[in-house]
Amino acid sequence: MLKTFPKGGIHPPENKLTSAKSIKKMPVPKMVYVPISQHIGIPSEIIVNVKDKVEIGQVIAKSGGFVSSNVHSPVAGVVTKLDKIIDTSGYKKQCIVIRTDAKNESNFEEIDYPLKKDITMEPKDILQRINDYGIVGLGGATFPSHVKLSVKEGTVLDHLIINGVECEPYLTADHRLMLEKAEEILVGIKILMHALHIDKAIIGIENNKKDAIDIFKKLTVNDSGIKVAALQVKYPQGGEKQLVRAILNREVPKNGLPLDVGVIVHNVGTIFAIYQAIQHNKPLIERVVTVTGKKLENASNYWVKIGTPISDLVNEVGGLPEGTRKIVNGGPMMGKAIKNLDVPVTKGTSGILVISEDEASRGEPKNCIRCGECVEVCPMGLEPHLLMNLSEKGMYEKAGSEDIMTCIECGSCSYVCPSHRPLLDYIRFGKTIVKKLNTVKN
Amino acid sequence: MSTQPIIVSASPHVHSDRTSKKLMYDVIIALSPAFLVSIYVFGLGALIVTSVAIASCVLFEYLIQKYLLKTAVTITDGSALLTGILLAFNLPSNLPIWMVIVGGLVAIGVAKLSFGGLGFNIFNPALVGRVFLLVSFPVQMTMWPTAIENNTNVVDAVTGATSLGVIKEGLQYGDTMTEISSRIPSAIDMLFGFTGGSLGEMSALALLLGGLYLIFRKVISWHIPVMVLMTMAVMTGVFWALDPEHYANPIIHILSGGAILGAFYMATDLVTSPMTKKGMIIFAIGIGIITVVIRLFGAYPEGVSFAILIMNAFVPLINKYFKPRRFGSKIKAKIV
Repeated sequence: MLKTFPKGGIHPPENKLTSAKSIKKMPVPKMVYVPISQHIGIPSEIIVNVKDKVEIGQVIAKSGGFVSSNVHSPVAGVVTKLDKIIDTSGYKKQCIVIRTDAKNESNFEEIDYPLKKDITMEPKDILQRINDYGIVGLGGATFPSHVKLSVKEGTVLDHLIINGVECEPYLTADHRLMLEKAEEILVGIKILMHALHIDKAIIGIENNKKDAIDIFKKLTVNDSGIKVAALQVKYPQGGEKQLVRAILNREVPKNGLPLDVGVIVHNVGTIFAIYQAIQHNKPLIERVVTVTGKKLENASNYWVKIGTPISDLVNEVGGLPEGTRKIVNGGPMMGKAIKNLDVPVTKGTSGILVISEDEASRGEPKNCIRCGECVEVCPMGLEPHLLMNLSEKGMYEKAGSEDIMTCIECGSCSYVCPSHRPLLDYIRFGKTIVKKLNTVKN
Repeated sequence: MSTQPIIVSASPHVHSDRTSKKLMYDVIIALSPAFLVSIYVFGLGALIVTSVAIASCVLFEYLIQKYLLKTAVTITDGSALLTGILLAFNLPSNLPIWMVIVGGLVAIGVAKLSFGGLGFNIFNPALVGRVFLLVSFPVQMTMWPTAIENNTNVVDAVTGATSLGVIKEGLQYGDTMTEISSRIPSAIDMLFGFTGGSLGEMSALALLLGGLYLIFRKVISWHIPVMVLMTMAVMTGVFWALDPEHYANPIIHILSGGAILGAFYMATDLVTSPMTKKGMIIFAIGIGIITVVIRLFGAYPEGVSFAILIMNAFVPLINKYFKPRRFGSKIKAKIV
């Protein structure tokens, strides 16, 4: 029996069109647009001026606090503008615009460094390096990694879980990375185990990536510390709480973190970034992005410099196909639809999904027929139909006491609703208000 | 670039292909074997009553929404159509046409639209229509045409009571079950549907077939039908074991009086049944108990309709007290 989380979840069509496409290098873009807030937390502070020359990997915006992150220049070039540019959120955000030098020489050109296995760095220095090198969670949440790794004295911590689930349909970035950089990822895992003083790590991979499971099983056959957990294919298993429940049968308490049950979870992409930071002194300036869609000519996976306009990626795969109606930054379940292609790739961009006419429109919402399907699929044990009603009617106190804040916004409820009700839209709306009410109260 | 505008909306950007309409039509497909049996057994009457019930339900929904409520007309969602079929299935096949029409008006006008339309009704519309007719026209509603193919020695070849009616009457006159059993169809006849009864309730086999289809298509879960029938079997079984001469055996109870129709198609109505599996089990046990109490100690020989309507009233309460367990609210696993 494959492991999985017991309550809720869905299995949408996987559509992993690009799982056999190896990761190609995107040409270095002419211009990059680097937002200073690519992570959850305090925005970084710009430390360059217009007309400054910048090197690849040079810090261009400094961490603005503890829950924040450095931002590095992904290219060598000249700062041309400090401007507000629409990012994936749809709002204008401060960006550093850099024109790339024709030569763009750098120390960090190579992704394919020779494998370096020996870990020489001290745990304290490792954490500092992760902080300095701007590493954030690459699974999508972009939570600064050093914060996750700053474990208070006396905390019981016994497992590191590596999230190779990639439960979002279409996306294959993590899958390809696991296939192509398995040994590097294993070194990355050992670096973190060393830094956290723990001896157990488990890589969680869903069973639709059997090749990745096999590779890691083969590589860890003589390793007593690192195990591979094959998981049943079920969305949203990539959610931290669901993953911890699936692999270790431990339930993270309400409003708690995996750390409360002795676990730290990191995405495979983050682990690879940590490997490169520690072993090859490379800050986080590029990532794997799946560019996909049923009508795209050359859907594939790419190494992309942070700040590359999405239009560059779309051109690379043959341009927007006729009848494109939606462009999503991320996967179809949790990704954000974007208005235009000028939006840059950020540290959290795992994929660009192009959706055409036939799938882009939402069904017209009808009356709730109280079928209970949303309740059935909610992985957090919530009642989405009720939360939607409460938000719609402005009963926020009640929504709060019905645990609206524990919603992980996976969208399973909206996905299954046979009446096409915009459940998650209303729940999100309710959450923002309940959050405000809670801060006022405190 | 395409000339059409790019859509920006919040996630998720994909949707399953389930729609309310498809669910309704799945139920209609599931009901078709029983309907065919009904036409075979009752002939033209079954066809006429069903057509009139469907037509009146759809027409009343259209008229009321268009001219009285002045809201959007929803007759294409399949729900009024389904109500019509289910209403017909709960009526004798020789019921006067005008009564069928009254039933349709009560089902759609009173039980559904006056509560706010699809999704807002507390009680199963078809059952409200049926029960309204039952208490208003008890004679016509309890004289069923006897099955044409009926090979048992039922005296009245034109109309007669159902098996449960015969049993109830017999027991009241002081007969024993042994004496009565010769006057009711065999279990095999009941299974195939060669027995008196409402238009769609007689063929247990056809109804079960459709029921399995619904479970297979995940339109309904097994919890309600299985728990209703199990509760009924256990309860009637206990009485039968204690005094087999004065209580009918569980097989008769399950195979007659609309138990299977009620358990698979009426009690599982999405709108009027609980949301959670826990709630469904409570709801189903309640239906089973009330049905058996009515059958054994009440005035009516059957009782599934009343039991479902009574439990419908408890659904909001059940939904309130049998909530799903919130993730992380009770920590089971401890850190090793």
